[in-house]
Amino acid sequence: MRYALLHILFALAFAPLLAGVINRVKAFFGGRRGPSLLQLYYDLFKLLRKGAVYSRTTSWVFRAGPCIALAAVLLALVLTPLGTTPALLAFPGDLLLVVYALGLMRFVTVLAALDTGSAFEGMGASREVQFSALAEVALLVGLLAVAARVEAFSLSVLARQAWSGGMAWPSDAILLLVAAALLVVLLAENARLPFDDPNTHLELTMIHEVMILDHGGVDLAMIEYASALKLWVMGAILVSLALPLPTAQPMLNLVAGLGAIMVLALLIGVIESVMARLRLVRVPQLLVTAGILSFLAVMVAMR
Amino acid sequence: MTDHPVAYIFNGQVLDRTDVPVMPVTRLRRMTIDHVSGGGSISALFAVPQGDRFRMHTVLCDPEREELAVLAADVDNAYPALTPDCWAANWFEREIFEQCGVRPTAHRWLKPLRFQPQAHGVAAPLAGLADFFSMKGEEVHEVAVGPVHAGVIEPGHFRFQCHGETVHHLEISLGYQHRGVERALIGGPDRRSLHYMQTLAGDSTIGHTGAYCAVLESLGGIQISRAAETIRAVAAELERMANHIGDLGAMAGDVGFLPTLNYCGRIRGDVLNLTALLCGNRFGRDLLTPGGVRFGLDDARRAKLLQGLDEVEKDLQSAVPLMFNAPSVMARFEGIGALTADLGRRIGLVGPAGRACGLGYDVRNRLPYGAYRFDTVPVVTYPSGDCFARAYVRWLELEQSLAFIRRQLSASGLESEILKACPALQPCSLVVVLAEGWRGEICHVAATDRQGRFAFYKVVDPSFHNWFGLAQALRGQQISDFPLCNKSFNLSYCGHDL
Repeated sequence: MRYALLHILFALAFAPLLAGVINRVKAFFGGRRGPSLLQLYYDLFKLLRKGAVYSRTTSWVFRAGPCIALAAVLLALVLTPLGTTPALLAFPGDLLLVVYALGLMRFVTVLAALDTGSAFEGMGASREVQFSALAEVALLVGLLAVAARVEAFSLSVLARQAWSGGMAWPSDAILLLVAAALLVVLLAENARLPFDDPNTHLELTMIHEVMILDHGGVDLAMIEYASALKLWVMGAILVSLALPLPTAQPMLNLVAGLGAIMVLALLIGVIESVMARLRLVRVPQLLVTAGILSFLAVMVAMR
Repeated sequence: MTDHPVAYIFNGQVLDRTDVPVMPVTRLRRMTIDHVSGGGSISALFAVPQGDRFRMHTVLCDPEREELAVLAADVDNAYPALTPDCWAANWFEREIFEQCGVRPTAHRWLKPLRFQPQAHGVAAPLAGLADFFSMKGEEVHEVAVGPVHAGVIEPGHFRFQCHGETVHHLEISLGYQHRGVERALIGGPDRRSLHYMQTLAGDSTIGHTGAYCAVLESLGGIQISRAAETIRAVAAELERMANHIGDLGAMAGDVGFLPTLNYCGRIRGDVLNLTALLCGNRFGRDLLTPGGVRFGLDDARRAKLLQGLDEVEKDLQSAVPLMFNAPSVMARFEGIGALTADLGRRIGLVGPAGRACGLGYDVRNRLPYGAYRFDTVPVVTYPSGDCFARAYVRWLELEQSLAFIRRQLSASGLESEILKACPALQPCSLVVVLAEGWRGEICHVAATDRQGRFAFYKVVDPSFHNWFGLAQALRGQQISDFPLCNKSFNLSYCGHDL
C-alpha cells in the first residue's frame, strides 16, 4: 500500500520527465544539445499561468474534454502496478478498466476536437479513431493472453507474476509476443514515431497534435500532463510484463521499475532518431501486426 | 517556326524594339502552341500597353537549338486563349487578364493570380476572395490551409478537395505577397531597382540580381570581366548548394527523420557563411552590381573558401546518404507526388522539379551565360518524377556545384578588375535574359523607352511555372503527404507574387 502510493507520487512527479528524456536522446542523435530535461515542466507552468481563448463554435464539450481526459488517466494510474509494486486499487477485471479508462480519455479528446468544427481537427479525430480501434485490440488481447496464462484477471497479479519470474521468462513466448505488441501500441497511442510526429508543425500530417490545436492555457496544460501520465501508465504496464527483475526488497523493486521506465524513454528516443515516420496508409498495417502478435500470444497461452 | 519573321536571339542579346516582328495574334498563338507541342517551352508570355492597344510578347525557349525566339502581336481587349491547347500558358494568361484586362477567350478559369490593382483603375480585390473548384458528394470534404501557416513560412492559401484521406484536387491561391515590383521598376533603373531585385525572392538573391545585372550590362553594351563572371557563378552555385541542402534537410524533417534534418540545417548555415566570406552577407546581398561584383576574392579567402567546401562535402557525405539509405525514408519518398515527363513538359516545369521528371533542361547548360560559357555544367535528370527524384536530383546537383566551384576557384587573380562602369542604357531596345536559379529558369525581359529608361520590366520566377505542378502532383495522393510534396518543390511565394 505504501509503495503503491509512492509509485503514484513518483508517476505524478516524474511523468513529464519522460518527454524530456526522449527529446534529449533525439537531440543527441541529431548532434544538438536539445531542450532542458525539465522543459515540459516549464511548459506546464507557463500554460497554467495563461488564460484560454474559446471559439464561439465550441460548447461545454470542448471545455470538459481536458478535465475528463486527465481524470480518466488518473483513474488508469491508480489501477496500474509497477513490477511487484501493486496498484493502489486492484481487483479482478481491473485490466479492462485500465484499457477503457484510456479509451475514455481518447474518446473525450476526440469529442472535444470534433466540437471545434475545424476541418483539421475532424481529420485528426478520424485518424485517431481509426488507428486506436486497431491498437485497442492489440492491447486488450495481449493483456488477456497474459491473464489466461496466469489465470488471474488483475493487472497487479499479472505484473507480479511476470516480474518475479513466475512465468519462466524468457522461455515463455507469451511475454515476448505481448511485449512487442505493447511497445507498438505504446508508440501509436502516445503519438510517437513512426506513427505520429510529436515535433511537426504541419497540421495535415498530424494525428494527435492536430486534435488539440484549439486548446490553450490550463486546458492545454491538462492535456499535456494527461499525455505524459498516459505514457507513464502504458510504460509501467509494458515494463511490468516485459522485465523480470525479482528482488526481495519492495523499495528496490520500485526503484528498478522507475529505472526501467526511464530506459523505455531512452528506447523511444532511439527509435524516433533512427527511423522516419510511416506513411499514414501504412499505419494500420503495423497496428494489425501488433494485433496478430497478441492473438499469437493467446494461442500460445491456450495451448 | 518558319514562313513568318521571328526574332531569334541568344541569351542576353539586345534587340531593337522595332526589330521584333509584330504578327497577327492568331499566328502568335499557333506558333506558341506548335513550339510547346514540339518540345519547347515558354519562358515568358505577357502583354504591355502599347498606345491604346496591348502588345503581347512571347519568349519561347528552344533548348535543342540553344536560342530564344521573341514573338509579338497587338491585341485589343480579347484574343483566343492559348491555354486550352497549351497548358503551360495557363498562369501567364491569367496574369495578362489580371494586369491588362485583356480577355483570353475560352480560358475557363480566369480568377485573379495576385489580387493586384487592375489596369483601368479597378481596385484590387481582397486576396483569396475568389471561386474555388469544389467537389460534391457524400463523404467529400474540403480542407483549407493558410494563408496563415503554423510554421514561419510565407502566406499562401491551399484548398483541398478530399474524399477521406485522398486528395482529388488541390487549388493554390497566392498573391498575398504582391508588392508591385514590376510597376516600381518602370522608369528605372534607379537606386532602388537593385534592392528590389535582391529581395524579389530572398533565397534567390544571386539568381535574380545576376539576371538583372545581365539585363543592364547588355543594354549598356558592356562585357564584365572574367574575374567578375567567376565570382558571380561561384556565388550562384553557393546559393544553389545552400538551398538544396536546406531542402534535403527539410524533406527529411517532414518524414520525421531527424539526423539529416539537424545536420543539413547546420551545413546549410556553413554554406551561407561561405557566401558571407565572399561579401559579408550570408545571402549575397550587395555582392552583385551592374558592371561586375563589389567584392574580389584574394588568395587567402579563396583558400579558406575551398577549405570550407571540403568540410561541407565531408559533412554532407555523412548526412545525406544516411537518409537515402534509410528504408523508412525511401518508403515515404518513392512514388509520392509523381509527375510524368509528358505532364511536366505540358505544364512547363522548370528547374530541379522538371529535371526530376526527366526533362533535360538547365539554362546553364542549354543557354549558357557568364562563366557557364567556359565551363559546362552537366544536366542532372532522374526519370521517376516523385519526391525521391526531386530529392535525388538536388543531391546530384550539389555534387556538380561543388565540382564546378572548385574548378572555377582553381585559378587566382580574382581580386582585381572586378567592376566596370555601367553606361547608360540603349534606348528603344529589348533584352531577354535567362538564368538558372536554384529553383530553375529565371527570366527577365526588359525594354527601354526613347530616353533609355525601362518602358517595362518583366520578371518570371521559376515558381511561376512550377506552382501548378505542385497542384498536379497532389492528385490522388494522401493529404498527409502534402507537406512532403510541398517541400520537395519548395516554391517561392514572393517570387511568384512579385
